[in-house]
Amino acid sequence: MSKKFSTLPFQGTKQQEEELVAVIEATKGDPGALMPIMQKAQEIYGYLPIEVQTIIAEHLNIPLEKVYGVATFYAQFTLAPKGRYRISVCLGTACYVKGAADLVTRLSERLGIGVGEITPDGKFSLDDCRCIGACGLAPVLTVNDDVYGRLTADDIDSILAKYAD
Amino acid sequence: MKTYEELKAIRERAEKEVALRTHGGASSRYERHVLVCGGTGCTSSGSMKIIAELEKQLAAFDLTDKVQIVKTGCFGLCAKGPIMIVYPEGSFYSMVKVEEIAKIVEEHLKNGNPVKEFLYEETLHGDHIKALDETNFYAKQHRVALRNCGVINPECIEEYIGRGGYEALAKVVSSMTPEEVIQTVLDSGLRGRGGGGFPTGMKWKLARNLVPDADIKYVCCNADEGDPGAFMDRSILEGDPHVLIEAMAIAAFAIGASQGYVYVRAEYPIAVQRLRVAIDQARENGLLGKNIFDSDFSFDMDLRLGAGAFVCGEETALMTSIEGNRGEPRPRPPFPAEKGLYQKPTILNNVETYANIPQIIVNGAEWYAAMGKDNSKGTKVFALGGKVTNTGLVEVPMGTTLREIIEEIGGGIPNGKKFKAAQAGGPSGGCIPAEHYDVNVDYDSLAKIGCMIGSGGLIVMDEDNCMVDIAKFFLEFTMDESCGKCSPCRIGTKRMYEILDKITKGQGTLEDIDKLEELCNHVKANSLCGLGQTAPNPVLSTLRFFRDEYIAHVVEKRCPAGVCKDLLQYTILEDKCKGCTACARKCPASAISGTVKQPHTIDPAKCIKCGACIDTCKFGAIIKK
Repeated sequence: MSKKFSTLPFQGTKQQEEELVAVIEATKGDPGALMPIMQKAQEIYGYLPIEVQTIIAEHLNIPLEKVYGVATFYAQFTLAPKGRYRISVCLGTACYVKGAADLVTRLSERLGIGVGEITPDGKFSLDDCRCIGACGLAPVLTVNDDVYGRLTADDIDSILAKYAD
Repeated sequence: MKTYEELKAIRERAEKEVALRTHGGASSRYERHVLVCGGTGCTSSGSMKIIAELEKQLAAFDLTDKVQIVKTGCFGLCAKGPIMIVYPEGSFYSMVKVEEIAKIVEEHLKNGNPVKEFLYEETLHGDHIKALDETNFYAKQHRVALRNCGVINPECIEEYIGRGGYEALAKVVSSMTPEEVIQTVLDSGLRGRGGGGFPTGMKWKLARNLVPDADIKYVCCNADEGDPGAFMDRSILEGDPHVLIEAMAIAAFAIGASQGYVYVRAEYPIAVQRLRVAIDQARENGLLGKNIFDSDFSFDMDLRLGAGAFVCGEETALMTSIEGNRGEPRPRPPFPAEKGLYQKPTILNNVETYANIPQIIVNGAEWYAAMGKDNSKGTKVFALGGKVTNTGLVEVPMGTTLREIIEEIGGGIPNGKKFKAAQAGGPSGGCIPAEHYDVNVDYDSLAKIGCMIGSGGLIVMDEDNCMVDIAKFFLEFTMDESCGKCSPCRIGTKRMYEILDKITKGQGTLEDIDKLEELCNHVKANSLCGLGQTAPNPVLSTLRFFRDEYIAHVVEKRCPAGVCKDLLQYTILEDKCKGCTACARKCPASAISGTVKQPHTIDPAKCIKCGACIDTCKFGAIIKK
């Protein structure tokens, strides 16, 4: 699995760091605490740049390499920030056989970015995902927490128009 | 709650309430119950807005005391969502819109006349309105694991108890020995529903006996449903979370464990939240914790959120992940029954497997073993998706034919298309072609044709789907999800994908097909875990049943289904072309020529297959095939 790195400088705040450290200190001794901590860290920062991984490694007193290993293993963890509107197209089997690939192509054309990328203004990011479990509505895409189902490529423009601001 | 008597008292109270939804009548405090599906599918199609509007309208018509709104889990018929059922009639409103609610509340809930125009069309039969369980989709089903889904409010432990919940745990703790529990599960013939099909009772027996002096043992649940296209585990978690808690407690009692973990996908937020609520309720009621039902038996459980790695469906990888590491599998033996989580004896079953357990304990092994066929006992839930009318969840006895599932329950293939194949078992499974449409869907019959039930994803494909493309789709998935630990899988799946990619681009040769087949057999034989061992299945089964399609791609450079872009030819239909020149002006490769008002032609040598001409043509004169 390849992971895209962030090209933007890290802009974490002191407050975010304090929040993360509090989480780490609270769960430090628990067996298997690393992944829940990383999930929380991603909630706090929106992604897991190397700076955040370093904080986790230092406070847990484990090698950075171990944190990085876990971060790059799981699809949920992202090393690059996501857009204000995170577009995610389901490429599960049910969606795929009903034409989800066409949705990705159209989005990619309209936004001028590929899968796993973010628009230069930081507004949209485009990802694919493996089955959100709304197979009855296939093909499906999500924008943040909004779900759009039973789509064709021609619906893309009207969906993007809703996020014009 | 400390005693069986207390459980019975709660049950008696709650039974009356929920009975309105099953046999009508009964003495519910409410005249009517309105059940609205709050599963992921219906939530996605807007059921929360329906509930808000219902609350508003009920208040407006002063019916709040007479009508109970129940947010349930999945009803199964996701294609028709949002779904709303009104009891005691069992009237089935499908694809409900917010604007329709006021009328339904006034005419049906107030005046007692179902609004026919909004009902699911299949339930209308002249003057008679069929109830939910009389429709084709439900009549042929047999719900055991999904028994409570779409019937109860999953966030209400009383409703679960009202449906006989925690009865099995009480029975086990108060009147059975662990050996008797294991024997019952063995006799039922229940096999793992996550894909492996290993006898569940056997797994429990090994975990009980292999390490007699273990200080601690673990019970785990695999709720990391990674097969793209299967969602029965999620629906059970969303619709009936207590069944999992009860079953895991029974398993813990049987093997002598005191701690449980549910490894659930973080991508299932609704399921995670409902499971959390259910665990809290079980603790409050003394059904988890110390001295359950006043016995020596203590058990508690916790959640671990998966972070999106298909390989974590493999048991050793899942345990490695719970321990907080990269979820890489390790060689077996030692099996988890001997050395599992934190090197302690552990059992791992999937959600659907667990969901059968309380029923088996209450009704007996013979009852369960009477359903199903040969060595596949009981029922199986399938996630019906793709090119089928009634997409959703169906539960049928093992051995039901594929034709019955797709044609009778699923309502057949939409748009008058022909059935081509069904893909069963996801990335580890294979395709069942039309010539085997009457195959009995059970472990052994599918294995005979090189296929597997897997976790129960059943994706229907019609003549518009290209089988080479589907094989490539799955290989792309397994290639991405390969953890990289062993080279046959890491490198093998990549090479297989490359060959498939070459074939779909029209650059393949007949030797490539042979090479692909050889590679499949190597990867299958030499990979460390189930992911690699089964990754070649989608290729092998399409090669077996659709070899002619592969040959069309490499020899004729043609994609018979018209899917593989590089193999499509764009042609202008002479009789439809008006000679308007719009396409020729739009073509970025100047591949279209012709004079004004005369039919144009496309030069295939120049055409880059971008499709701009099709989008431009107002007369539908350009086709790709």
